[in-house]
Amino acid sequence: MTETPTNRPLLLEMRVIGKSFPGVRALDGVSFDLFPGEIHALVGENGAGKSTLIKILAGVYTEYEGEIYINGTLRHFRSVRDSEKSGVAVVFQELSLVPELSVGENIFLGREPTRFGMIQWEQLYSRASALLSELGLQLDPRTKAGELGVGVQQLVEIAKALSHEARILVLDEPTAALTNVEAEGLFTILKNLCRRGIGIIYVSHRLEEVFRLSRRVTVLRDGRSVGTEPVGQMDEPRVIAKMVGRQVSQLFPAGRRTPREPLLEVRHITAEDQNVRGKRVVNGVSFTVHRGEVLGIAGLMGAGRTELLMSLFGSFPGKVSGEVLINGREVEIKRPSDAIAHGIGFVTEDRKRSGLVLEQSILANVTLASLPRVSGKFLTNELREIAASRPLFDDLRIKAQSLFTIAGTLSGGNQQKVVLAKWLLNQARVLFLDEPTRGIDVGAKQEIYRTIDDLARSGLAVVMVSSELPEVLGLCDRVLVLHQGRVTGEFTRDAATPEAVMSCATGQRAS
Amino acid sequence: MKELKVDGNSNAALTQMAAEADSAPEGTTRRKFSLSINRAYTMVAALAILWLIFAVLTHSIFLEPRNFSNLIRQAAVTGILSVGMVMVIITAQIDLSVGSLVGLAGMAAVLVQVQQHWGLIPSLLTALVTGLVVGALQGWLTAYVRIPSFIVTLGGLLAWRGVAKGISSGNTYPVQVSWFRSLGQAYLDNTTGIVLMGMAVAAVVWIVVRQNAMRKRHAQEPWGHLGLILRIVFPVGLIVGFVLMLNAYSGVPVPVLIFVVIALAGVFITRKTPFGRYLYAIGGNPEAAKYSGINLRVHVLLAFAILGLLAAVAAVIYTARVGSAGPDAGTLLELDAIAACVIGGASLRGGRGTVLGACLGALFMVSLDNGMSLKNVPDFIQDIIKGGILVAAVGLDVVGKRRD
Repeated sequence: MTETPTNRPLLLEMRVIGKSFPGVRALDGVSFDLFPGEIHALVGENGAGKSTLIKILAGVYTEYEGEIYINGTLRHFRSVRDSEKSGVAVVFQELSLVPELSVGENIFLGREPTRFGMIQWEQLYSRASALLSELGLQLDPRTKAGELGVGVQQLVEIAKALSHEARILVLDEPTAALTNVEAEGLFTILKNLCRRGIGIIYVSHRLEEVFRLSRRVTVLRDGRSVGTEPVGQMDEPRVIAKMVGRQVSQLFPAGRRTPREPLLEVRHITAEDQNVRGKRVVNGVSFTVHRGEVLGIAGLMGAGRTELLMSLFGSFPGKVSGEVLINGREVEIKRPSDAIAHGIGFVTEDRKRSGLVLEQSILANVTLASLPRVSGKFLTNELREIAASRPLFDDLRIKAQSLFTIAGTLSGGNQQKVVLAKWLLNQARVLFLDEPTRGIDVGAKQEIYRTIDDLARSGLAVVMVSSELPEVLGLCDRVLVLHQGRVTGEFTRDAATPEAVMSCATGQRAS
Repeated sequence: MKELKVDGNSNAALTQMAAEADSAPEGTTRRKFSLSINRAYTMVAALAILWLIFAVLTHSIFLEPRNFSNLIRQAAVTGILSVGMVMVIITAQIDLSVGSLVGLAGMAAVLVQVQQHWGLIPSLLTALVTGLVVGALQGWLTAYVRIPSFIVTLGGLLAWRGVAKGISSGNTYPVQVSWFRSLGQAYLDNTTGIVLMGMAVAAVVWIVVRQNAMRKRHAQEPWGHLGLILRIVFPVGLIVGFVLMLNAYSGVPVPVLIFVVIALAGVFITRKTPFGRYLYAIGGNPEAAKYSGINLRVHVLLAFAILGLLAAVAAVIYTARVGSAGPDAGTLLELDAIAACVIGGASLRGGRGTVLGACLGALFMVSLDNGMSLKNVPDFIQDIIKGGILVAAVGLDVVGKRRD
């Protein structure tokens, strides 16, 4: 916790901000303020208006109601540049570094120090170096940004923000892609920044982080503020209740499932990196999933979890070897269509990149993997598609005006449900879920958990990769832990403790 | 953009699109269609304005049956190319070689007539196979070898023209088979035109009535009497007007009939088949398409092959209309076809575009050509205007979308 800044003037004050989009009141009379040296958390379900509020502050949305004061002066940002000049820096959830440029070039992109129109490389890199070491980062600023891990890229983004002399730093889901170790490093840095008087707006779905870091928390719901309170006066259930507008008794579905016969058996799967010969990203992994079972795959980032699922689904670009049995019969899966034909569905990690055709309707997305069957082999029939998709649309409670709503306009949770619906419509027997609740708010998470539970109970075999340990421990019947492409641990639900799983994931121990 | 009073022909597209839009079930958003409808309105309005301007400038020579017949005949070649081109563009690819391919396929068809004394069917097949093989080859290089299609077909633009020049030794050869020539020059007699018109009218009535029955069966509100009548009267009026206008000159030109059939097939393939749906998915998000089990490479190759085949059809019509095959035949046609697609709302980034839009775009480009030629506008000015309009059309679209 940082020093109490109450006697200082406000760094930022947003007064009764309102914003409407065609047909939607995105923000309605939201007030928000920030003291120097404070971390103020902003939480709320997806679609609650957090990103709209941030985008107004960032100068992305230039038309809004209400007033914004920076250090007591009324400001109306006409552009992102405007906002930056006033000392606001936003690190958005999607990293925006140019992978082919060096770290230094990225930090000073568009503001390169020049002399007679020529870039002063020495100066650029020495200044970049200084910024990075301020953040405690020992990194050559000449490294290409694309070669860095997500965690380091995040820090480079923050360095970029600081290079603007930012006084107000906005972080949108900064730990979504970080390992625990990386996240800890980030927290230390954030606290240091606070000591220098920088105010931080921290947007996150991870409430435990919010409680650890911030001094105050503001909850948004349906475009309105439902309260700003010091974290000392809040606890997690209360915040969640405020966010969803109802009491969430339990995040994970209660009751035990009873796994039935084996459905998917995997033996000695090994996957070789496409670019680095002999580098095994998945190394001799074997496991079995039963009907009615949820198998969790835990591990740190880069442990080979996603690659394992990709290998089994036929979408891994490198060489894959090993055996896959479905219902006891060996099958050959060389490409996604083989996997799909054997009843496997894959909800990928990045639904925007590989899950959805964003500019098309929910209906077109839901039917994409099973078009010949639900619509017609040679002719499509939209009415049949509607008839087939409607029950899923209703059962999964996809919140959208209709099946014709464009997928790209949905919130993260609803997009995830559309991807799920795609596989359910295809009558998948085995479901691969890769970080199924990433970037999804608590209310929608709970729904996704219940859906997963329902599906398992109905006889599906579910394999779920997740970086959120509580999720793995709360939802899965068994947990497989990967470390550097190998299985380092396997636990039943009762034996799996956070400590045991983590020590296997970090390779300190193999069970 | 409301209350458009548009000259007969162009309204057809509009009504059809509106009808399709209405087939979305009650109580659902029409958002999926609103974009394309707005687009169709804009296109039709632009076409109507263009025709009005030319009608005034040419003291209505532009809209006389004779010129209308000419215009539609010219539009057949660009239109057929655009139908194929839009499929390739929807998958986020491009084909710059179709103009040269038109030259090559036309030359091949005529050369076998001249040198081998082949008849109608063999010479037609020669053209079609040439187009199909070249299209499939370029599709294979793009989809399987993964050379960017811009490069593959830029190479094709040069190479196929070179082949055409080589096999003809740079000479122009007259078409030998008279049946072949009639594919570009003949007209249906008025009675046949009327019979086809009757069949088209019957088809419209049947489709509308059937759709209405489907709505009932799927527990949606059927259209009222007025809606039903309007849905029939508009397209029927357009079809009748179109055929009578052409009959007032010499009848429905054969190439126009071929174009209409191909355009209808194109609309059908893109809207009513899994293949069409996959094209949009591949262009919209190739990764998502891949993870949905769609074979990207086969579909991209097929799109190129279809375009190659259609380029051969266009080549036959073009050669037949001109009456001879020259080494420079079809030069720059690729630009007209690409422009037609883009003006018709296709996005070069893929995932967006319609056959109907491309056909309207083709009509627009050809109307420009035709009208400016009537006014004896010098060639170089025609080029400047066409280039400017292409950029402006996309510019307006981009600006309009930004405002949304």
